[in-house]
Amino acid sequence: MTADGKHFTGVQRFLHWSMAACIIAMFFIGVGMVSTIMPKYVPLLATHKTLGVAIFVLALVRLAVRARSGAPPLPADLPAPMKLAAHLSHYGLYGLMIAMPLLGWAMLSAGAYPVVLYGDIRLPAILPQNAALHTLLWNAHSYLAFAFFALVLTHVAAALFHALVRRDGVFAAMAPVGSRSGAAPR
Amino acid sequence: MPLPPSGPRSTLASLALIAAICAGATGALAYTAGWLSPDRLTPTKLVDALAPPKGPVPGYRRNHAKGLCFTGVFEANGNGAALSRARAFETGRHPVLGRFNLGTPDPGAPDATVRVRGLGLQITADDGAVWRTAMINAPVFPVSSPEAFYALLRVPTSKAPNAMAAFVAAHPEFAPFGAWAKSPDWTASYAQEPYNSLNAFLFTNASGAEQAVRWSFRPQAQAERITPGDLAKRGEAYLEREITERVAAGPQRWSLILTVAEPGDPTADPSRAWPEGRRSVEAGILVVERIAPEADGPCRDVNFDPTILPDGIRVSDDPFPAARSAAYARSYDLRTAEAKDYPRSAAEAPR
Repeated sequence: MTADGKHFTGVQRFLHWSMAACIIAMFFIGVGMVSTIMPKYVPLLATHKTLGVAIFVLALVRLAVRARSGAPPLPADLPAPMKLAAHLSHYGLYGLMIAMPLLGWAMLSAGAYPVVLYGDIRLPAILPQNAALHTLLWNAHSYLAFAFFALVLTHVAAALFHALVRRDGVFAAMAPVGSRSGAAPR
Repeated sequence: MPLPPSGPRSTLASLALIAAICAGATGALAYTAGWLSPDRLTPTKLVDALAPPKGPVPGYRRNHAKGLCFTGVFEANGNGAALSRARAFETGRHPVLGRFNLGTPDPGAPDATVRVRGLGLQITADDGAVWRTAMINAPVFPVSSPEAFYALLRVPTSKAPNAMAAFVAAHPEFAPFGAWAKSPDWTASYAQEPYNSLNAFLFTNASGAEQAVRWSFRPQAQAERITPGDLAKRGEAYLEREITERVAAGPQRWSLILTVAEPGDPTADPSRAWPEGRRSVEAGILVVERIAPEADGPCRDVNFDPTILPDGIRVSDDPFPAARSAAYARSYDLRTAEAKDYPRSAAEAPR
């Protein structure tokens, strides 16, 4: 966080907002690609894999940055259940950011598919081919994707609740750098 | 804290705004997923339409369900490198895995009832790049678009009188395939068939030049012509027995011929052959060395998705590889989830 103890650092905000864009794009690419037979299926699939790996790497960077830079404390007057929900949902968000790409990668491995990203970057298989594992991982990747989407929506709703209703500085702490709320007086 | 908490009226407005944003995002996702578009041609619909009248046979591929595995090598002679920088074209022996198959959703279909024979192939280059392809013996594809293919699959379930005649009238491109399918001029072995990509792919060579290419594996075995009637007399699964014995007696070979499009050739339409006399390059020899039954074989759980391509080959404006990839993935997801219905031991496999 910044020296005033109320904001995430510029690096943290940049990671947050760029990953937000990537993750939201992934939901739409994911449901779009599995429901189409159009030519766009091929680039959508390649983008989904490439972006997934990018999110995985960024999530690890983000955790390291978080460990180093910390986070502003939640408002002291935030009710305990909301604090708990805030903490748990963030464990969920970080967990899924890391788990979803790994599940997808493992699923392709278990399906004996080569994992090739844009730029002809080839990733090794992380599991041997196995039909039962493929099915298990496919289901996990699919169901958790919808859980992840619901969690992101909850996160957005909570952020807006802080910004519009409570007006307690929680949103401003992560607001895009240079925005009005980011420069809110205190 | 910069501002006081909002008053009750503006709180209500804020909550309404938040609800609207969440509902809007959910609606956008539902739209993207096709849940609001019942007419969208999805991989699920395409694969469901392949099912035989009694329903799909669980555990098996949803099409080209009857088949068996092989392993061998692709002996590249280096000529293909003029067209593509894929390592598979560099002189050398590249390991292959493949599958001979019949174009039917029924793994128990008698050989003589299936005109279309196929070859699924995976070539792995020494740098690890994988090239998969699934080809058939027909010289052209029946139709020019995936939508038309879906319509063709639905003809047998149509209640309309003369549905096939109506389909052919609406899809004149069907004629060349129809004539080929009707000809009684079959062969007596998987080893005697040519296998054609039909789809065009873009090949990029080391200097970056790009050209549309279709390819064929042409058999070195002499064709023994046979009518379907005579083939039927040899038994329902004659082809599998024959290729097993033939390969046990000696490796079987096909030449890989790459055919290069000229400007104006129909690269996006696999129902139209390219004119004779197009430049072609013989890129090497496929050698099939060992046959294995599918139930325990190395090809069983491999999806011969035609968009799994090495650097140096990519999809063209032909819409079929993408549609096939989407449908093959659906078929793969279904059958791998049904693995218990297709026992691994060949002896127990239902036939």
